[in-house]
Amino acid sequence: MSERVLGSLSLRMGPAQVVFLALLAVLVLGAIVGGAEFMSMETVVGIQQRSAALGIVAIGQTLAILAGSLDLSVAVLISLTSLVAAEMMESGNVAGGVAGALAVSVLVGLVNGAVITKFKVHAFIATLGMTLVIKGVLDHLYDGPAGRVPDSFQRLGYDRIGPIPVSALLWAGVALAVWFILTRTRTGYRIYAVGGDVEVARLSGVRTDRVVIITHVLCSLCAGIAGLLLASRLGAGAPTVGTDGGYDLESIAAVVLGGTALAGGRGGVAGTVGGVLLLAVLDSLFNLLEVNSFFKDVVRGVVIVAAVAVYVRRRKS
Amino acid sequence: MLSMREIDKSFLGVRVLSDISLDAEAGEVHALVGENGAGKSTLMKILAGVHTPEAGTISIDGVPVTFGHPLDAQRAGVAIIYQELTLLPERSVAENVFLGREPTRRGMVDRSAMERQTSKLLLELGESTFGPRDAVGRLSVAQQQVVEICKALSVDARIIVMDEPTASLAEHEVELLYDLVRRLRERGMAILYISHRMREIFDLSQRVTVLKDGALVATRNTADVTQSELVSLMVGRELSHYYPPRAAPEEKGEVVISIRGAGNATLHDIDLDLRAGEITGLAGLQGSGRTELAKAVFGAEPFTHGTMTPLRPRSVRQAIAAGIGLVTEDRKAEGLALRQSVGDNALLVSRAMGRGTAARVRELLSRVRLAPPDPEREVRYLSGGNQQKVVLAKWMTVAPRVLVFDEPTRGVDVGAKAAIHELIRELAREGMAVLMISSELPELIGMSDRILVLREGRLAGELPPGSSEETIMHLAAADEAAA
Amino acid sequence: MKYAIFVVLVLLLAAIALANPFILEPAGFLAFVKRAAPLVILAAGQYFVIVSGEFDLSVGSLVTVEVVVAARLIDGNEAATWPVLALLLALGLLVGLVNGVVTTLLRVPSFITTLGMMLILSGAVFLWTGGAPRGALSQTFRIFGRDTLYAVAIMVVVGVAAVLLTRATYGRTLIATGDNERAAALSGVRVTRTRILAFVISGLAAAVAGIMLGGFAGVSAQVGQGLEFSAITAVVLGGVALGGGRGSVVAAMGGAFTLEAMFTLLNLYGISGALEYTLQGVIIIAAVAAGAVQLPRLTPTPRKGDAHAS
Repeated sequence: MSERVLGSLSLRMGPAQVVFLALLAVLVLGAIVGGAEFMSMETVVGIQQRSAALGIVAIGQTLAILAGSLDLSVAVLISLTSLVAAEMMESGNVAGGVAGALAVSVLVGLVNGAVITKFKVHAFIATLGMTLVIKGVLDHLYDGPAGRVPDSFQRLGYDRIGPIPVSALLWAGVALAVWFILTRTRTGYRIYAVGGDVEVARLSGVRTDRVVIITHVLCSLCAGIAGLLLASRLGAGAPTVGTDGGYDLESIAAVVLGGTALAGGRGGVAGTVGGVLLLAVLDSLFNLLEVNSFFKDVVRGVVIVAAVAVYVRRRKS
Repeated sequence: MLSMREIDKSFLGVRVLSDISLDAEAGEVHALVGENGAGKSTLMKILAGVHTPEAGTISIDGVPVTFGHPLDAQRAGVAIIYQELTLLPERSVAENVFLGREPTRRGMVDRSAMERQTSKLLLELGESTFGPRDAVGRLSVAQQQVVEICKALSVDARIIVMDEPTASLAEHEVELLYDLVRRLRERGMAILYISHRMREIFDLSQRVTVLKDGALVATRNTADVTQSELVSLMVGRELSHYYPPRAAPEEKGEVVISIRGAGNATLHDIDLDLRAGEITGLAGLQGSGRTELAKAVFGAEPFTHGTMTPLRPRSVRQAIAAGIGLVTEDRKAEGLALRQSVGDNALLVSRAMGRGTAARVRELLSRVRLAPPDPEREVRYLSGGNQQKVVLAKWMTVAPRVLVFDEPTRGVDVGAKAAIHELIRELAREGMAVLMISSELPELIGMSDRILVLREGRLAGELPPGSSEETIMHLAAADEAAA
Repeated sequence: MKYAIFVVLVLLLAAIALANPFILEPAGFLAFVKRAAPLVILAAGQYFVIVSGEFDLSVGSLVTVEVVVAARLIDGNEAATWPVLALLLALGLLVGLVNGVVTTLLRVPSFITTLGMMLILSGAVFLWTGGAPRGALSQTFRIFGRDTLYAVAIMVVVGVAAVLLTRATYGRTLIATGDNERAAALSGVRVTRTRILAFVISGLAAAVAGIMLGGFAGVSAQVGQGLEFSAITAVVLGGVALGGGRGSVVAAMGGAFTLEAMFTLLNLYGISGALEYTLQGVIIIAAVAAGAVQLPRLTPTPRKGDAHAS
């Protein structure tokens, strides 16, 4: 499928459709180039597993961005929650570990939201500051992986039901929940309102600070869930698992790739799911073709910028 | 129904409202007038729960209320329709109407109920040109205003504040708004109507309250005051004449710009000569292409065909280089960098064109009667009138031969208006060719040496100075009899 | 008020002097300035981008690229130093130009443009070198970052140039563009060109900072890591508003010095290398929050007399 066809089709579709179309195009390309191997169970499962953690974080990031904010602290929070969970689970207390990790997430989200709304610190700086705070704590307390999760919990990371990994189901669950919040609840409507124009929302009686704080709590919760998932994969917590994965900027990239406006107020979950899958499928295709990993970075950078350029073009016409 | 008593408010120790009392009855339109900075908006924001007063009471139906948040005011039945509409362009009409109060069923937003109720409200207001699912961003300003009113009605507001509701409406839309206001009044609502325009006050209101410098001057029955009494209450002095004298024939010079058969997507067959020393007024309904013509002459939305001598500009820079300037309609969005200083704004054009010199700034600022002529102050702290003077100074730095004014006194109070009128005439007298667009016909008639009327992108005719409002309106409206 | 950051800086320097009076001596002070120099230069470059209402997230990876490219091309060969230096500066200009063109002409938000550039740059340079930095810098090359006088002189030149630029026509029109792009365009400002140039300046600053860091910190794949965030933090600490249109380049550079003083102080007082980040995070948030509290956003209340200025 040529660029031009993509471009002209995109004029009639929303960004979410464009990203799924691109996804389809890459899948077709993969099937042609990679043949049976690309469509093998192994590849399909690989794509799902690779995308699950990023997908969950990106869903949370979608909320933050829709509300006109953004969260750079998700990567370190993933590391932190993986450690909290793994350490608490060492005694075999899975429920306690999950609860602990999620509680830490809520706390971080609350602080992010409060600093942004009450102290009027730009989200970029507030969450960058939070990143440093958490990074300091991590570096201070840990030199390497710590804690251990029981085998039962590891099943979250590796089991699958038929061709579908449990982790992918978790991702789907998170996506559905957030989709429900955004399209069916008052909170969701207000997130769009606050991201669209905070002053308008305020004058319409929306308690805008509260909306931003809730959004950040939900975003951090998603990061916490991703941290749990990664802990179950690794069998332990790791102080660099989040930053090594580049979940902060990559989740923002996936959201924007899915057509959500960086300025807030426009976009949604479907696009983000498409954006994450597109990145994962590209990754699989490159793996299959044994493309140098640095080349992958280059392509990813180009894809993200090009996608946004296409969306902007579409909106202008 | 509404009673505000002895309201005081200060910002950073500066008293902006003192001892204001105001009330409104059910079924009454109560006009609120005063120059910019008189405190109207602050008073209304107190009523809306945006600001909290330091002293004084508000009561509704005799019950004292305190508003700590816009939501409190909303619950008490107060709705505000701001001058700058408070709608979300990306969301639907229904979503906007119910923003902050979405109906729910079993915890979920009840979209169908929302759309049903919005349809009902639109029907009540006689609006059938759009529906509840349309995106607000695609509606016209007038349609958006209807959405705002729906929003007010949907909260069962009984007190509606309208802040200059006609500021961005075309003439025929103003009539629709009048109907709407009367309908609201018949429903037993109390309406506080803020406006600069005398005609609206006399057409709509039963009582009128005048504010000046944060204090209450008077409340009168509208039927008992005359227009000039009202103006003098506002400015605290009699304005003997509004407009400077027109140009004498010998003051009109050569043709500076000559346009023949020019057009673009919205404009057709434009023939226009602008002479040195002459103010050419341009009338037309909203949507007739007034602003488009200004922007075409200025190269911002260029003509695509036809001739223009000495040069048909293809860009703003070409136009400026050829000695053409434009004072835009929307000062804040298009005219000024609000967070920069007066000096930086005044020098913007000359710097952009590579003719930067700071030497004459102070002189220029006194020339446009900016008081105080302080180049260090940030422009956003100035009143509308003073901001407009900075825009004028900005153009005067490059001494254009032609200056196009698009609504030069919009949002400017009465006092500063006269100063701007004098300045425009002064520039003409010094040999500048002026093209002036205004939807305020008295201003256009008072200022222009001749009046051109634009209709549906074409020049419909030329009228002599001092033509009546009726003649202009006839020509501007696509009206068989007038043609 | 505009230069409140310098009060903070002086306090930090005083605190450093209490623990280590060496900083009060010329040599000690210059050593401090030298350490801060690359960040100061990056902050000055970033200032132009931020004041125009944009971000440049690519400077960190650009610094890495500059160092890695220099090491491989020079590979210890003194004679190659000057041509490579010229190439590095050109590379910085080119990266800035691409950032600017994509952001303005293709209308991609700069956050995304420069994020993409960050991925592309770090991917491309290691694709070229096969995964790890190779080669070595020449002695001459290292002087710029390692020799105190050179480093300080370069910083002073860059700083003075930056200040002159913001006072010149270009700077004034850039800030106006960041404040209100439409008004600037309708006043005849070439807004596209003006913005592109801001990115070019940032790219050039990153190239200079990269050259200095190559000598100062040596060749590694991590040399530029996180510098984009440090630079943005420094600029914001200096009171420059994200979103554009407001702030001074002097204060932005002051922000960079303050950040460096903070690192020094935390080291001196023996805060473990790790918790240093935590404190840094808290201080940054606190400083920006304090700035926001000091300058409350008021509804512009007309001063007395405005309404009757006629």
